[in-house]
Amino acid sequence: MLEQLVFAMEVILNGLMAGVLYALVALGFVLIFKASGIFNYAQGVMALFAAMTLVGIMNGQVPFSHLINAIFGAHITHFGWQVPAIIAILLTMAVMVLLAWCVQQFVMRHLVNQEPIILFMATIGLAYFLEGVADLMWGSEIKSLDVGLPQGINLWIDETTFNIFGYGFFIDNLDIVATAVAALLVVALVAFSQYTKEGRAMRAVADDHQAALSVGISLNFIWVMVWSVAGFVALVAGIMWGTKSGVQFSLSLIALKALPVLMLGGFTSIPGAIVGGLIIGVGEKLFEFAIGPLVGGATENWFAYVLALVFLVFRPQGLFGEKIIERV
Amino acid sequence: MKTKLTTLALGAVMAAGPAMADLVFPSLSYRTGPYAAGGIPFADGYADYFTLLNERDGGIGGVMTSVPECETGYNTEKGVECYEATKGEGALVYQPLSTGITYQLIPKATADDIPIHSMGYGRTSAKNGDVFSHVFNYPANYWDGASGAVNYLLDENGGDLNGKKIALVYHNSAYGKEPIRTLEELSEKHGFELVALPVDHPGQEQKSQWLQIRRDKPDYVLMWGWGVMNQVAVQEAANIRFPMENFIGIWWSGAEHDVTPAGDAANGYKALTFHNVGTDFPVFDDIQKYVVDTGKAAGAGDQVGTVLYNRGLYAAMLAAEAAKKAQEIHGTAEITPAQMRDGMEALEITEAKMAELGLPNFGPTFSVNCQNHGGDALVGVTQWDAASKTWSMISDFKPTDGDVIGPLIDADSSAYAGENNISPNC
Repeated sequence: MLEQLVFAMEVILNGLMAGVLYALVALGFVLIFKASGIFNYAQGVMALFAAMTLVGIMNGQVPFSHLINAIFGAHITHFGWQVPAIIAILLTMAVMVLLAWCVQQFVMRHLVNQEPIILFMATIGLAYFLEGVADLMWGSEIKSLDVGLPQGINLWIDETTFNIFGYGFFIDNLDIVATAVAALLVVALVAFSQYTKEGRAMRAVADDHQAALSVGISLNFIWVMVWSVAGFVALVAGIMWGTKSGVQFSLSLIALKALPVLMLGGFTSIPGAIVGGLIIGVGEKLFEFAIGPLVGGATENWFAYVLALVFLVFRPQGLFGEKIIERV
Repeated sequence: MKTKLTTLALGAVMAAGPAMADLVFPSLSYRTGPYAAGGIPFADGYADYFTLLNERDGGIGGVMTSVPECETGYNTEKGVECYEATKGEGALVYQPLSTGITYQLIPKATADDIPIHSMGYGRTSAKNGDVFSHVFNYPANYWDGASGAVNYLLDENGGDLNGKKIALVYHNSAYGKEPIRTLEELSEKHGFELVALPVDHPGQEQKSQWLQIRRDKPDYVLMWGWGVMNQVAVQEAANIRFPMENFIGIWWSGAEHDVTPAGDAANGYKALTFHNVGTDFPVFDDIQKYVVDTGKAAGAGDQVGTVLYNRGLYAAMLAAEAAKKAQEIHGTAEITPAQMRDGMEALEITEAKMAELGLPNFGPTFSVNCQNHGGDALVGVTQWDAASKTWSMISDFKPTDGDVIGPLIDADSSAYAGENNISPNC
């Protein structure tokens, strides 16, 4: 019994860490939804695009090389240099800002004041477009991503818990880094939206586009800024998940893990994304540990969505979401 | 005017379709989507081998081959659409390249009198040619894989697995569940404990499963994974410091891209196989000379010699040899799909033939007949060397446990025959 309790503690700790990784993806959704009321279906693909761009730049890969070779009969693939991770991250961020500008310039500005469902459909189109462009730009092979983040068991935790419980807990170093990064990110985002002029303008746009426009806030600028910040969050999520599994198409599917987190935490709350992520992470891992073996296992996805469904029934706005009251 | 239009239309049809004399081997490829990393090398290998036959030998039996490609994205619906779209082009054999697509095509292709070759995937009991007249899964199937893994572990343990614990980490799908029944039977026979750990699609999050492995300390872990599940599993195994030499994947979990993301930590990981690895075979000199150097390679030509490229090439070689056999049986070079089926059913792969094709020791020797569409079920083992980034064979192609697998195949195929009112084919 005591042994099971110790195992459960390890599972809870790992669930918390997994929850932080889910929250990293959910944050991108929240940012864009908060500022523009758009549920950005392309957020997962943005993480994929950002990670592929980062690896491509680091490895000195020639973008669109397959296309160039096919058209001109050339055989170029790489420039022949390697770019240090930190510079590559900065360059990737620049690409994500450029992407944000393109999204605003060529898609969103033409859809101002359209129904939310229209905007949602536009992001579905954007997701498929980005998937194709990412493949064409960097190729579809699986790429290793190493920006110097530590991976593997944390020996200090292993030894310490062994001394206390007689069983060493497994905590992945990468998860610890992800937790620290997520904490920093949330503090920075909250500070940005509360204490900076641009952050307040962003919240004003989120409250009412027309009113924000009437007081001289540039909708174009705010939306480019928000998509850029979402691109940055996508890059962080892409680095964390890409380090675990290699950079590959499946990175876009991490959005599936963010949906129950959003339902739980609310679509408009940055702290909600974190708390939602933690609840989902711990809940699904504990359920798998306690109930999984009785029902054949693989309960995690099921549990996450069922928990989100329960929250939807009793608290549709999520834990931290704003209650929507519309009067006739 | 009417005549001119008719002539124009006829001309367009003739220009759009392949020449009537071509031997058509459609390729249901997936170069896009989450599994593209596996789909691209297979499709390249499949196409390059037929290009080699055209360029070097002038086709098969003097008839040129064509390989129309149709993108499935590894999606079952798209796969069926591809089948419907290409079958009218005179398709001789389909390699569905997905268990889901294979299941959908079995009744369709049988009705259309077109053979299917699901090599190392698909419906395992299709080995019983008495029931599945148009489906072939030589040289090995999933149950052979399960038995091959256990036989390898028996060899490693002096023939005794009594009291050992083996965990199976599997993709929670029909594909991943395939080996469970066989492994259960084998665990009873050899006295090892089997722990089955399902992983939800797509498999990016496997912390629970590997924490359980860390707690339970199995002696060996087998894996039936695909896509991102493979890379994450290898990384998680490395994270918990599970000995890689005790971790064995099925052949769909044993390509370069499955292990490279984990870097040096993946060193020693093993995978089952039914064909050899690397480029140390004479046929690759010809591939270089006639296909790559002439700019006729499929895709970017950068996949030559990878595990899945070799698998595509091997599948093409088996299709070509079956076509030759069909030409021989029916005395005609321009064979029909039905005649191709006869060729597949009479296929015999000997070491002498493999050497003649520039592929000595590349695959197991086997023969096919009306009752046995699955070959001789020989399975080998490969191991990854992270330093040289190469796979190498560490076990010859060895027999699997027919005493266990045979009755399972009989039971499953008989059930299928009963459900679909199929009378014996042989």
